[in-house]
Amino acid sequence: MTKHVVDTSRRKMLTTSASVVGAVGAAVTLWPFVSTMGPSARALAAGAPVEIDVSKLEPGQKIQVEWRRKPVWIIRRSDDMIASLDATEDRLRDPDSTAPEMQPAFAQNKTRSLKPEFLVLVGICTHLGCSPTFRPEIAPEDMGPDWVGGFYCPCHGSRFDLSGRVYKNVPANNNLEVPPHQYLSDKVLLIGVNAEEGAA
Amino acid sequence: MSKEKQGILGWVDERLPVVEFWEAHLSKYYAPRNFNFWYFFGSLALLILVMQILTGIFLTMHYKPDAELAFASVEYIMRDVNWGWLIRYMHSTGASAFFVVVYMHMLRGLMYGSFKQPRELIWLFGVLIYVCLMAEAFMGYLLPWGQMSYWGAQVIVNLFGTIPVIGDQLALFIRGDYVVSDATLNRFFALHVIAVPIVLLGLVVAHIAALHTVGSNNPDGVEIKKNKGADGIPLDGIPFHPYYTVKDIVGVVVFLFLFSIVVFYFPEMNGYFLEHANFEPANPLATPEHIAPVWYFTPFYTVLRAIPNPFGGVVAMGAAVMILFFLPWIDKNKVKSIRYRSVLYKVNLAVFLVAFVWLGYLGMQGVTPMRSEMALRMSELYFLFFVVLGVYSTNRSAFYYIKWFVIIIGIISAYDVYRSNAEIAALVWQTWLVPVAFLVVALLGAAFTNLDQDKTVPERVTE
Repeated sequence: MTKHVVDTSRRKMLTTSASVVGAVGAAVTLWPFVSTMGPSARALAAGAPVEIDVSKLEPGQKIQVEWRRKPVWIIRRSDDMIASLDATEDRLRDPDSTAPEMQPAFAQNKTRSLKPEFLVLVGICTHLGCSPTFRPEIAPEDMGPDWVGGFYCPCHGSRFDLSGRVYKNVPANNNLEVPPHQYLSDKVLLIGVNAEEGAA
Repeated sequence: MSKEKQGILGWVDERLPVVEFWEAHLSKYYAPRNFNFWYFFGSLALLILVMQILTGIFLTMHYKPDAELAFASVEYIMRDVNWGWLIRYMHSTGASAFFVVVYMHMLRGLMYGSFKQPRELIWLFGVLIYVCLMAEAFMGYLLPWGQMSYWGAQVIVNLFGTIPVIGDQLALFIRGDYVVSDATLNRFFALHVIAVPIVLLGLVVAHIAALHTVGSNNPDGVEIKKNKGADGIPLDGIPFHPYYTVKDIVGVVVFLFLFSIVVFYFPEMNGYFLEHANFEPANPLATPEHIAPVWYFTPFYTVLRAIPNPFGGVVAMGAAVMILFFLPWIDKNKVKSIRYRSVLYKVNLAVFLVAFVWLGYLGMQGVTPMRSEMALRMSELYFLFFVVLGVYSTNRSAFYYIKWFVIIIGIISAYDVYRSNAEIAALVWQTWLVPVAFLVVALLGAAFTNLDQDKTVPERVTE
């Protein structure tokens, strides 16, 4: 019998390269499975913009429309409501809406809107995604004597003022989101697309 | 094989080690002879697992995992499918019963030190089972597609969204859509009926295999394998079958009796097992007035709410579960059973139980300033249990206890100073006394009295 000498370094090289190729193959095979869990083409396509006629809204009235299956609120604020925005300022976490991405650049102002009276908000709490309740009353019993109207989230108690700006000492960290929007005419609001650069 | 084997069993046994398996795990598996009440819950958990799988299979035959059809298909099961209501109530009650039994089982492990060397792996598999159970229960709760299903899932999935940088993408990936939707329901169904149950079964096998390798602990925390007779059988051991199979049958009968009372008379348990808001179909545009998770999640939910910063809350909640994995390396005290541990250890465990139950209660209630404060204090007590457990690992000098006392009070007070403001200052400093009082007893008590002395563990089991 001839004596076989095992070339261990050669064997190790073969084992390592086979393992590496196998691992890469497994990882590549995993990719299609993992990516099936991302949003499908249909879910991505469901984000079409929404048109609403806002001319029938009374001052103080709120309507809700659906955009990308999220509630979007349109509120026509009365003069008193707009005035209340000054009263809340020192109790807010971010009164000047400095956090980007929570509103288009044109809404980075006190009323967080294109037109002062019309407020357009995504009705989803920035804490954990519940839908806050519209509480326009002044100082109702359950909200306390300092309440000048705003939004209250029933899930974890976050409070927002009538521009959707978040109060201090509540679970939510950010102001409510202002979706991209523009006015197609005096009456018609389009939610989902910002006005052209410059026009805003 | 020289031994003669006859009959069908003999024929099979030559091809498959049936007898060997039976002997290794039942008729010649020697368990300590002093098991008590607390040792019912392992076998009961197994019973419920089987029951959940069986009822689940039959529910799957009628349920439709489609956002348009799901709610109606559950109503269909309840009203039109023969005995469908029974199968569904067994499944929904089984979920709560599972957690009752598993919490008791975990408490047993805590009391008798069943997680300690050499049983660390049993404990790790156990905690993994618990985590899988939570995932299973959470995903199962979405399936009826009621308001609570929907908004509960919305909140929990958004928890992942608070993770910096990758959060939004991760939440999107879990939902498969921008909001909880049909895509989410469909995948939760797949995970609930196939993926997680398979993992669970595998973990249960690993849990029991590891247990049967090192042998069961017992209420005295004595290793029975250290005292073997001439025949190699532990002197304090008795074969699992027939002794403990018979004992466990008694437990099963009592359990099924109580279980049936709930299934037949209180299936909703006044909103604790099936929440009232879940009898309304999911509406993505309106959140119910008051959202609370099902009772078995509420302690951790309260920990989440106790920290105002969203990501901080998620980290705290995650830590409250994850810390269980580290228990075998936190509590390194050689004395296993509570019977031979110090008075202060018993105080620590009792306070932990009170904190856990209180956290659970707070999770079902709405938020008020006082409740938020107590949520934080109870969360602190929850974590302090583990800290104190670590400090008690061996007997130390008075200086060591005092050092820890000062460090922990310092951390708690610093956080209180940081978060306190004019509005809540009074509450903050009143409730500050809660953790401080506990630490005075637990740590200064250890430094200045003999109450931290463990007792001598006997050689053999008692009773």
